[in-house]
Amino acid sequence: MPDFVQLWVYLSSAPLVGLTATLVVYLLAMAGYQRAGHAPWANPVLWSIVVIGAGLLASGVPYPSYFAGAQFIHFLLGPAVVALGLPLWERRATLSRAWGRFLLAALAGGAAAAVSAVLIGWALGLPGEVLRSLAPKSVTAPVAMGVAEKIGGVPALAAVFAVLSGLVGALSGRTLFRLFGLGEGRVDWMARGFAMGTASHGIGAARALQVNADAGAYAGLALGLQVLLASLLIPLAARWF
Amino acid sequence: MKALQGFAWLLCLQLAGEVLARVLKLPFPGPVIGMVLLMPALGWPAVREPVIDVARFLLGHLSLLFVPVGVGVITHLDILQAYGLRLALVIVLSTWIGLAVSALALRALMRNAPGEEGSPDA
Repeated sequence: MPDFVQLWVYLSSAPLVGLTATLVVYLLAMAGYQRAGHAPWANPVLWSIVVIGAGLLASGVPYPSYFAGAQFIHFLLGPAVVALGLPLWERRATLSRAWGRFLLAALAGGAAAAVSAVLIGWALGLPGEVLRSLAPKSVTAPVAMGVAEKIGGVPALAAVFAVLSGLVGALSGRTLFRLFGLGEGRVDWMARGFAMGTASHGIGAARALQVNADAGAYAGLALGLQVLLASLLIPLAARWF
Repeated sequence: MKALQGFAWLLCLQLAGEVLARVLKLPFPGPVIGMVLLMPALGWPAVREPVIDVARFLLGHLSLLFVPVGVGVITHLDILQAYGLRLALVIVLSTWIGLAVSALALRALMRNAPGEEGSPDA
Protein backbone atom coordinates (compact mmCIF):
# COMPACT_ATOMS: atom_id res chain seq x y z
CA MET A 1 0.00 0.00 0.00
CA PRO A 2 2.73 2.60 0.79
CA ASP A 3 4.25 1.70 -2.59
CA PHE A 4 1.00 2.56 -4.27
CA VAL A 5 0.82 5.86 -2.42
CA GLN A 6 4.37 6.71 -3.44
CA LEU A 7 3.63 5.79 -7.03
CA TRP A 8 0.50 7.96 -6.94
CA VAL A 9 2.37 10.90 -5.48
CA TYR A 10 4.99 10.57 -8.19
CA LEU A 11 2.49 10.16 -11.03
CA SER A 12 0.18 12.97 -9.95
CA SER A 13 3.04 15.42 -10.32
CA ALA A 14 4.61 13.95 -13.49
CA PRO A 15 3.92 15.93 -16.70
CA LEU A 16 3.72 12.66 -18.63
CA VAL A 17 0.37 11.80 -17.05
CA GLY A 18 -1.35 15.07 -17.99
CA LEU A 19 -0.10 14.83 -21.57
CA THR A 20 -1.02 11.16 -21.97
CA ALA A 21 -4.44 11.60 -20.38
CA THR A 22 -5.26 14.53 -22.69
CA LEU A 23 -4.32 12.62 -25.81
CA VAL A 24 -5.93 9.31 -24.84
CA VAL A 25 -9.18 10.86 -23.57
CA TYR A 26 -9.44 13.00 -26.70
CA LEU A 27 -8.88 9.98 -28.97
CA LEU A 28 -11.60 8.05 -27.10
CA ALA A 29 -13.93 11.07 -27.32
CA MET A 30 -13.16 11.30 -31.04
CA ALA A 31 -14.00 7.60 -31.48
CA GLY A 32 -17.29 8.15 -29.66
CA TYR A 33 -18.01 11.20 -31.85
CA GLN A 34 -17.48 9.12 -34.99
CA ARG A 35 -19.62 6.30 -33.64
CA ALA A 36 -22.40 8.82 -32.90
CA GLY A 37 -22.31 9.91 -36.56
CA HIS A 38 -20.79 13.33 -35.70
CA ALA A 39 -23.89 14.27 -33.70
CA PRO A 40 -23.40 17.74 -32.16
CA TRP A 41 -24.02 16.49 -28.58
CA ALA A 42 -21.10 14.04 -28.91
CA ASN A 43 -18.62 16.92 -29.39
CA PRO A 44 -15.13 15.57 -28.57
CA VAL A 45 -13.87 18.79 -26.95
CA LEU A 46 -16.86 18.92 -24.61
CA TRP A 47 -16.50 15.30 -23.49
CA SER A 48 -12.71 15.50 -23.15
CA ILE A 49 -13.09 18.52 -20.87
CA VAL A 50 -15.84 16.85 -18.84
CA VAL A 51 -13.94 13.58 -18.41
CA ILE A 52 -10.53 15.12 -17.60
CA GLY A 53 -12.06 17.84 -15.42
CA ALA A 54 -14.11 15.30 -13.45
CA GLY A 55 -11.02 13.08 -13.16
CA LEU A 56 -8.94 15.94 -11.72
CA LEU A 57 -11.69 16.92 -9.27
CA ALA A 58 -12.23 13.32 -8.16
CA SER A 59 -8.52 12.56 -7.72
CA GLY A 60 -7.68 15.92 -6.16
CA VAL A 61 -4.87 16.55 -8.65
CA PRO A 62 -4.54 20.34 -8.96
CA TYR A 63 -4.98 21.91 -12.39
CA PRO A 64 -1.40 23.28 -12.54
CA SER A 65 0.02 19.74 -12.17
CA TYR A 66 -2.21 18.59 -15.01
CA PHE A 67 -1.28 21.60 -17.12
CA ALA A 68 2.44 20.91 -16.61
CA GLY A 69 1.90 18.01 -19.00
CA ALA A 70 -0.95 19.32 -21.11
CA GLN A 71 0.98 22.52 -21.89
CA PHE A 72 2.84 20.64 -24.62
CA ILE A 73 -0.45 20.31 -26.49
CA HIS A 74 -1.51 23.84 -25.50
CA PHE A 75 1.74 25.20 -26.92
CA LEU A 76 0.74 24.01 -30.41
CA LEU A 77 -2.07 26.61 -30.48
CA GLY A 78 0.55 29.23 -31.45
CA PRO A 79 1.80 27.49 -34.61
CA ALA A 80 -1.81 26.41 -35.32
CA VAL A 81 -2.92 30.06 -35.40
CA VAL A 82 -0.02 30.78 -37.81
CA ALA A 83 -1.16 27.77 -39.89
CA LEU A 84 -4.57 29.43 -40.32
CA GLY A 85 -2.83 31.54 -42.95
CA LEU A 86 -3.04 28.47 -45.21
CA PRO A 87 -6.86 28.32 -45.64
CA LEU A 88 -6.79 32.10 -46.13
CA TRP A 89 -4.10 31.80 -48.79
CA GLU A 90 -5.97 28.97 -50.51
CA ARG A 91 -9.07 31.19 -50.77
CA ARG A 92 -7.08 34.24 -51.89
CA ALA A 93 -8.95 34.44 -55.23
CA THR A 94 -12.36 34.65 -53.49
CA LEU A 95 -10.85 36.86 -50.82
CA SER A 96 -9.41 39.44 -53.19
CA ARG A 97 -12.66 39.47 -55.18
CA ALA A 98 -14.96 39.90 -52.18
CA TRP A 99 -12.74 40.90 -49.25
CA GLY A 100 -14.93 43.89 -48.45
CA ARG A 101 -18.00 41.66 -48.07
CA PHE A 102 -16.18 39.20 -45.83
CA LEU A 103 -14.77 42.00 -43.74
CA LEU A 104 -18.22 43.56 -43.38
CA ALA A 105 -19.86 40.26 -42.38
CA ALA A 106 -17.00 39.51 -39.94
CA LEU A 107 -17.32 42.97 -38.42
CA ALA A 108 -21.11 42.70 -38.11
CA GLY A 109 -21.05 39.19 -36.63
CA GLY A 110 -18.09 39.80 -34.30
CA ALA A 111 -19.51 43.09 -33.04
CA ALA A 112 -22.97 41.54 -32.56
CA ALA A 113 -21.51 38.70 -30.48
CA ALA A 114 -19.20 40.88 -28.36
CA VAL A 115 -21.64 43.75 -27.80
CA SER A 116 -24.59 41.47 -27.03
CA ALA A 117 -22.44 39.48 -24.56
CA VAL A 118 -21.35 42.59 -22.69
CA LEU A 119 -24.83 44.19 -22.78
CA ILE A 120 -26.73 41.07 -21.66
CA GLY A 121 -24.10 40.42 -18.99
CA TRP A 122 -24.32 44.02 -17.79
CA ALA A 123 -28.14 43.87 -17.73
CA LEU A 124 -27.92 40.71 -15.64
CA GLY A 125 -25.59 42.45 -13.20
CA LEU A 126 -22.35 40.57 -13.84
CA PRO A 127 -19.23 42.25 -12.35
CA GLY A 128 -16.96 44.35 -14.60
CA GLU A 129 -14.10 41.89 -14.48
CA VAL A 130 -16.37 39.15 -15.82
CA LEU A 131 -17.78 41.47 -18.52
CA ARG A 132 -14.27 42.31 -19.67
CA SER A 133 -13.50 38.60 -19.88
CA LEU A 134 -16.69 38.06 -21.91
CA ALA A 135 -15.90 40.65 -24.60
CA PRO A 136 -13.39 38.52 -26.58
CA LYS A 137 -15.45 35.32 -26.27
CA SER A 138 -15.82 34.82 -30.05
CA VAL A 139 -12.06 34.74 -30.61
CA THR A 140 -9.95 31.62 -30.43
CA ALA A 141 -8.90 30.91 -26.82
CA PRO A 142 -5.20 31.94 -26.91
CA VAL A 143 -6.06 35.28 -28.53
CA ALA A 144 -9.08 35.81 -26.24
CA MET A 145 -6.71 35.42 -23.27
CA GLY A 146 -4.36 38.07 -24.67
CA VAL A 147 -7.20 40.49 -25.42
CA ALA A 148 -8.81 39.99 -21.99
CA GLU A 149 -5.48 40.67 -20.29
CA LYS A 150 -5.11 43.89 -22.27
CA ILE A 151 -8.55 45.22 -21.27
CA GLY A 152 -8.47 44.22 -17.60
CA GLY A 153 -10.30 40.91 -17.73
CA VAL A 154 -9.20 37.54 -16.36
CA PRO A 155 -7.29 35.59 -19.06
CA ALA A 156 -8.18 32.13 -17.72
CA LEU A 157 -11.86 33.10 -17.51
CA ALA A 158 -11.76 34.51 -21.05
CA ALA A 159 -10.36 31.20 -22.28
CA VAL A 160 -13.19 29.31 -20.58
CA PHE A 161 -15.82 31.65 -22.08
CA ALA A 162 -14.22 31.27 -25.51
CA VAL A 163 -14.27 27.47 -25.24
CA LEU A 164 -17.91 27.54 -24.08
CA SER A 165 -18.91 29.84 -26.97
CA GLY A 166 -17.18 27.45 -29.33
CA LEU A 167 -19.11 24.55 -27.88
CA VAL A 168 -22.45 26.40 -28.07
CA GLY A 169 -21.85 27.04 -31.78
CA ALA A 170 -20.71 23.48 -32.47
CA LEU A 171 -23.67 22.02 -30.56
CA SER A 172 -26.49 24.24 -31.81
CA GLY A 173 -25.27 25.71 -35.12
CA ARG A 174 -27.15 23.23 -37.30
CA THR A 175 -30.49 23.82 -35.56
CA LEU A 176 -30.05 27.59 -35.54
CA PHE A 177 -29.15 27.76 -39.24
CA ARG A 178 -32.21 25.65 -40.12
CA LEU A 179 -34.33 28.03 -38.09
CA PHE A 180 -33.03 30.95 -40.15
CA GLY A 181 -33.65 29.13 -43.41
CA LEU A 182 -30.03 28.48 -44.36
CA GLY A 183 -29.99 25.41 -46.58
CA GLU A 184 -27.25 23.49 -48.34
CA GLY A 185 -26.54 25.66 -51.39
CA ARG A 186 -23.03 26.93 -52.08
CA VAL A 187 -23.63 30.39 -50.60
CA ASP A 188 -25.50 28.79 -47.68
CA TRP A 189 -22.55 26.54 -46.76
CA MET A 190 -20.25 29.52 -47.14
CA ALA A 191 -22.42 31.59 -44.80
CA ARG A 192 -22.83 28.74 -42.28
CA GLY A 193 -19.11 28.03 -42.14
CA PHE A 194 -18.25 31.71 -41.98
CA ALA A 195 -20.69 32.21 -39.09
CA MET A 196 -19.20 29.25 -37.18
CA GLY A 197 -15.70 30.70 -37.51
CA THR A 198 -16.93 34.17 -36.55
CA ALA A 199 -18.91 33.32 -33.41
CA SER A 200 -17.35 30.01 -32.38
CA HIS A 201 -13.71 30.25 -33.61
CA GLY A 202 -11.64 27.05 -33.78
CA ILE A 203 -14.17 24.75 -32.14
CA GLY A 204 -16.86 25.93 -34.56
CA ALA A 205 -14.39 25.66 -37.44
CA ALA A 206 -13.47 22.11 -36.47
CA ARG A 207 -17.17 21.25 -36.42
CA ALA A 208 -17.77 22.99 -39.78
CA LEU A 209 -14.84 21.11 -41.30
CA GLN A 210 -16.38 17.81 -40.24
CA VAL A 211 -19.73 18.70 -41.80
CA ASN A 212 -18.72 20.30 -45.10
CA ALA A 213 -15.27 21.05 -46.60
CA ASP A 214 -16.35 24.40 -48.06
CA ALA A 215 -17.97 25.46 -44.79
CA GLY A 216 -14.73 24.46 -43.02
CA ALA A 217 -12.59 26.61 -45.29
CA TYR A 218 -14.75 29.68 -44.80
CA ALA A 219 -14.83 29.01 -41.06
CA GLY A 220 -11.02 29.15 -41.14
CA LEU A 221 -11.18 32.42 -43.04
CA ALA A 222 -13.73 33.87 -40.60
CA LEU A 223 -11.76 32.84 -37.56
CA GLY A 224 -8.63 34.45 -39.01
CA LEU A 225 -10.52 37.67 -39.71
CA GLN A 226 -12.07 37.61 -36.25
CA VAL A 227 -8.63 37.28 -34.65
CA LEU A 228 -7.42 40.34 -36.57
CA LEU A 229 -10.54 42.43 -35.95
CA ALA A 230 -10.98 41.51 -32.28
CA SER A 231 -7.37 42.03 -31.25
CA LEU A 232 -7.44 45.44 -32.93
CA LEU A 233 -10.97 46.67 -32.11
CA ILE A 234 -11.88 45.22 -28.69
CA PRO A 235 -9.02 47.03 -26.86
CA LEU A 236 -9.99 50.23 -28.71
CA ALA A 237 -13.69 49.86 -27.85
CA ALA A 238 -12.86 48.98 -24.23
CA ARG A 239 -11.30 52.44 -23.73
CA TRP A 240 -14.75 53.99 -23.92
CA PHE A 241 -16.00 52.07 -20.89
CA MET B 1 12.49 16.10 -42.72
CA LYS B 2 9.80 17.92 -44.67
CA ALA B 3 7.37 17.92 -41.75
CA LEU B 4 10.11 19.27 -39.48
CA GLN B 5 10.92 22.01 -41.99
CA GLY B 6 7.26 22.96 -42.15
CA PHE B 7 7.01 23.07 -38.36
CA ALA B 8 10.19 25.15 -38.21
CA TRP B 9 8.67 27.63 -40.68
CA LEU B 10 5.54 27.98 -38.57
CA LEU B 11 7.61 28.54 -35.42
CA CYS B 12 9.91 31.03 -37.19
CA LEU B 13 6.89 33.02 -38.40
CA GLN B 14 5.34 32.95 -34.92
CA LEU B 15 8.65 34.13 -33.46
CA ALA B 16 8.90 36.87 -36.09
CA GLY B 17 5.35 37.85 -35.14
CA GLU B 18 6.20 38.00 -31.42
CA VAL B 19 9.31 40.12 -32.12
CA LEU B 20 7.42 42.50 -34.44
CA ALA B 21 4.55 42.84 -31.96
CA ARG B 22 6.94 43.85 -29.19
CA VAL B 23 9.34 46.03 -31.19
CA LEU B 24 6.60 47.91 -33.06
CA LYS B 25 4.14 47.75 -30.12
CA LEU B 26 1.45 46.29 -32.42
CA PRO B 27 -1.95 45.50 -30.89
CA PHE B 28 -1.96 41.95 -32.39
CA PRO B 29 -0.77 38.77 -30.66
CA GLY B 30 2.43 37.31 -32.14
CA PRO B 31 0.82 34.22 -33.74
CA VAL B 32 -1.72 36.47 -35.52
CA ILE B 33 1.10 38.48 -37.12
CA GLY B 34 2.71 35.14 -37.99
CA MET B 35 -0.53 34.13 -39.72
CA VAL B 36 -0.51 37.32 -41.80
CA LEU B 37 3.19 36.81 -42.64
CA LEU B 38 2.49 33.21 -43.70
CA MET B 39 0.18 34.27 -46.54
CA PRO B 40 2.75 36.00 -48.77
CA ALA B 41 5.37 33.41 -47.71
CA LEU B 42 3.17 30.63 -49.12
CA GLY B 43 3.70 32.08 -52.59
CA TRP B 44 7.24 30.75 -52.30
CA PRO B 45 7.43 26.95 -52.96
CA ALA B 46 10.29 26.47 -50.47
CA VAL B 47 7.86 27.52 -47.72
CA ARG B 48 4.61 26.22 -49.19
CA GLU B 49 5.61 22.60 -49.78
CA PRO B 50 6.84 21.79 -46.27
CA VAL B 51 4.21 23.96 -44.54
CA ILE B 52 1.10 22.51 -46.25
CA ASP B 53 1.25 19.07 -44.60
CA VAL B 54 2.07 20.34 -41.11
CA ALA B 55 -0.58 23.06 -41.32
CA ARG B 56 -3.21 20.52 -42.44
CA PHE B 57 -2.20 18.23 -39.57
CA LEU B 58 -2.43 21.00 -36.96
CA LEU B 59 -5.72 22.37 -38.30
CA GLY B 60 -7.16 18.87 -38.65
CA HIS B 61 -6.69 18.37 -34.90
CA LEU B 62 -7.43 21.93 -33.89
CA SER B 63 -10.12 20.92 -31.41
CA LEU B 64 -7.63 18.80 -29.39
CA LEU B 65 -5.56 21.94 -28.76
CA PHE B 66 -8.45 23.55 -26.83
CA VAL B 67 -8.72 20.74 -24.29
CA PRO B 68 -5.91 21.79 -21.87
CA VAL B 69 -7.20 25.36 -21.56
CA GLY B 70 -10.82 24.14 -21.48
CA VAL B 71 -10.12 21.87 -18.52
CA GLY B 72 -9.08 25.10 -16.74
CA VAL B 73 -12.82 25.61 -16.19
CA ILE B 74 -12.39 23.59 -12.98
CA THR B 75 -10.29 26.38 -11.46
CA HIS B 76 -13.18 28.82 -11.89
CA LEU B 77 -16.03 26.68 -10.64
CA ASP B 78 -16.65 29.27 -7.90
CA ILE B 79 -17.37 32.04 -10.43
CA LEU B 80 -19.38 29.65 -12.57
CA GLN B 81 -21.34 28.59 -9.51
CA ALA B 82 -21.97 32.16 -8.40
CA TYR B 83 -23.06 33.40 -11.84
CA GLY B 84 -23.71 30.08 -13.58
CA LEU B 85 -27.21 30.62 -14.92
CA ARG B 86 -26.54 34.21 -15.95
CA LEU B 87 -23.25 33.29 -17.63
CA ALA B 88 -24.92 30.43 -19.49
CA LEU B 89 -27.62 32.82 -20.69
CA VAL B 90 -25.05 35.41 -21.83
CA ILE B 91 -22.85 32.89 -23.63
CA VAL B 92 -25.67 31.03 -25.37
CA LEU B 93 -27.60 34.14 -26.45
CA SER B 94 -24.57 36.15 -27.62
CA THR B 95 -23.21 33.17 -29.56
CA TRP B 96 -26.58 32.68 -31.28
CA ILE B 97 -26.75 36.39 -32.08
CA GLY B 98 -23.22 36.30 -33.49
CA LEU B 99 -23.95 33.19 -35.56
CA ALA B 100 -27.21 34.54 -36.96
CA VAL B 101 -25.89 38.02 -37.75
CA SER B 102 -22.74 36.80 -39.51
CA ALA B 103 -24.51 34.05 -41.49
CA LEU B 104 -27.37 36.27 -42.63
CA ALA B 105 -25.04 39.22 -43.35
CA LEU B 106 -22.69 37.15 -45.49
CA ARG B 107 -25.53 35.43 -47.34
CA ALA B 108 -27.18 38.76 -48.12
CA LEU B 109 -23.87 40.30 -49.24
CA MET B 110 -22.93 37.32 -51.41
CA ARG B 111 -26.34 37.09 -53.07
CA ASN B 112 -25.85 40.63 -54.29
CA ALA B 113 -22.51 39.71 -55.78
CA PRO B 114 -23.03 39.02 -59.51
CA GLY B 115 -21.27 35.86 -60.65
CA GLU B 116 -20.54 34.69 -57.12
CA GLU B 117 -23.21 31.98 -57.12
CA GLY B 118 -21.92 28.91 -58.93
CA SER B 119 -18.45 30.28 -59.57
CA PRO B 120 -15.96 27.38 -59.69
CA ASP B 121 -13.74 28.68 -56.90
CA ALA B 122 -13.89 26.18 -54.06
